[in-house]
Amino acid sequence: MSNEIRLMKGNEAMAEAAIRAGCDAYFGYPITPQSEVLEYLAREMPKHGRVVLQAESEVASINMVYGAAGAGFRAMTSSSSPGISLMQEGISYIAGAELPCLIANVNRAGPGLGTIQPGQGDYFQSVKGGGHGDYRLIVLAPSSVQEMADHVFLGFDLADKYRNPVMILSDGAVGQMMEKVEFKPYTNPAVDKSGWATVGKPKDRQRHYITSLHIKPEKMEEHNLHLQEKYRRIAEAEVRFEEIKTADAELLFVAYGLSARICQKAVDLLREAGHKVGLLRPISLFPFPEKRLAQLAGQVKQMLCVELNAGQMVEDVRLAVNGKVPVSFYGRMGGMMPTPESIVAHAETLILTRHDS
Amino acid sequence: MILEETYNTKTTDSAEEVYDTVYEPPCTLLDTPMHYCPGCYHSLVHKLMMEVVDEMQIQEQVVGVAPVGCAVFAYEYMDIDMQEAAHGRACAVATAVKRLMPEKYVFTYQGDGDLAAIGIAETIHAINRGENFLIVFVNNAVYGMTSGQMAPTTLPGMLSTTTPTGRDTSFYGQPIKVAELMAQLPGAYYVTRQAVNSANAVRKTKKALLKAFQYQQENKGTCLVEIVSNCPSNWKMTPVECISFINEQMLPVFPVGDIKVPKL
Repeated sequence: MSNEIRLMKGNEAMAEAAIRAGCDAYFGYPITPQSEVLEYLAREMPKHGRVVLQAESEVASINMVYGAAGAGFRAMTSSSSPGISLMQEGISYIAGAELPCLIANVNRAGPGLGTIQPGQGDYFQSVKGGGHGDYRLIVLAPSSVQEMADHVFLGFDLADKYRNPVMILSDGAVGQMMEKVEFKPYTNPAVDKSGWATVGKPKDRQRHYITSLHIKPEKMEEHNLHLQEKYRRIAEAEVRFEEIKTADAELLFVAYGLSARICQKAVDLLREAGHKVGLLRPISLFPFPEKRLAQLAGQVKQMLCVELNAGQMVEDVRLAVNGKVPVSFYGRMGGMMPTPESIVAHAETLILTRHDS
Repeated sequence: MILEETYNTKTTDSAEEVYDTVYEPPCTLLDTPMHYCPGCYHSLVHKLMMEVVDEMQIQEQVVGVAPVGCAVFAYEYMDIDMQEAAHGRACAVATAVKRLMPEKYVFTYQGDGDLAAIGIAETIHAINRGENFLIVFVNNAVYGMTSGQMAPTTLPGMLSTTTPTGRDTSFYGQPIKVAELMAQLPGAYYVTRQAVNSANAVRKTKKALLKAFQYQQENKGTCLVEIVSNCPSNWKMTPVECISFINEQMLPVFPVGDIKVPKL
């Protein structure tokens, strides 16, 4: 099977990838700027004999995902910020019950109803929990239409491998922009779920039940420790990031998703002006590339985090470098985009004041 | 100690010698102590459902969905594959399970807080879509697990921990009649309300459950069996007093009988 090249919106690429990744069921509810995912799948999934359903709410969608995943099927939902907030209870249950599934958040700016324009204000919610209790999602942050597709395949595989929900945290710009996307042949690793999926109990095995309830504190703590051990394994094995021109960098940009795209241009402009700057783009937000950032803290003079929020990932960057180098923040909110030039100007001020001091 | 052992051995021996087995609990009901309060009807309803599963020989084809509420541990007692749903979301969970495995028998088991308060949206939409599963709705007019707060089905004037002077209908409205409400939806195929506070009522409930399971084979829509139940602990009544309370107070508001039956 050869590669297929298409021109698509980020949201459509994600939907098409879901079909190619063998997603058995998609449940969603309309919300801007991601309704194309539901529309695309409502049109295409039945052609493949898959289940697609417009639910009555995001609360229902995520619980349908729970049911489908609990029966051993590849299941997915997508939404945007307010809808993802509604799903948090269900996501916590899914994490507690250790069900593999894929949740895509095409982030818009908030809080509240906010605006339909892109934002990255859901970093904390995605990476630090969002729902109740101690749990982690594997969080992937695509910065291109290509990655919107790639992360669907990767996301399903990681979800199955660790029996853990995976979130794709993109934003309204990456969801809506049109770019070239290449679909490579994909083989579903077909992880065996017959040891736990609820498909009807034959005589010769114990019953299966999906639950996040462990009423005895001893059992609950045991389950908590098991989850934490799993998150450690994930942190050990699944860190993903991209480095651009970091080899001799003295100022390091740290940015993900759309803001990384803008920073990439800023890096080029600053290099043309003779400044040694580079970019580290976390691709996985959990697990976070903290080890690599700690290494780079021994090389660069300072770091500058650029986000479409009031400064969220910057806290994790500061934790990673642990005071070794100054970490500054530059961001816009409310759906406003920083221009590469504004980032350049901000970086040049920092270079002048910090490098010389 | 010695005396007790002798006594036990004696009765076991004599029981085997003297009696034939005339009744056994269903094979799919696990032989484990239940957490339900003495006199509570949940265990009885569990048993009836598992009797139906046994009689239809469908253990391998059944997937159940447990609620949040007193029946949250239903999967500890039923020897079938089950999922424990978030509070009120059983119908959403069951929708996915049934859509992905249309050949299976799927049911939800829900109480009045779960189904009629927090989960009424999921319930209405599932029935409106005509999802081809069975909803077993156990209505005891009170939040049992959280110990006695007002439910959407609490009777007018009925005491609860959150209506200490009785449910004031001018303040909280009338109890929701779930079966009548849901029967209006075109997706509902079979809707009935039954009770389990007499031997006769138990037999009728069993029949209703059997029919409701069987109707899934026809793929014609949602079946809802509402069962008027009790709560000795939170009603602060003995199980015997509960029987009269159901007859005198509950059944006038929640009358038993078929509300919607398949057209032949």
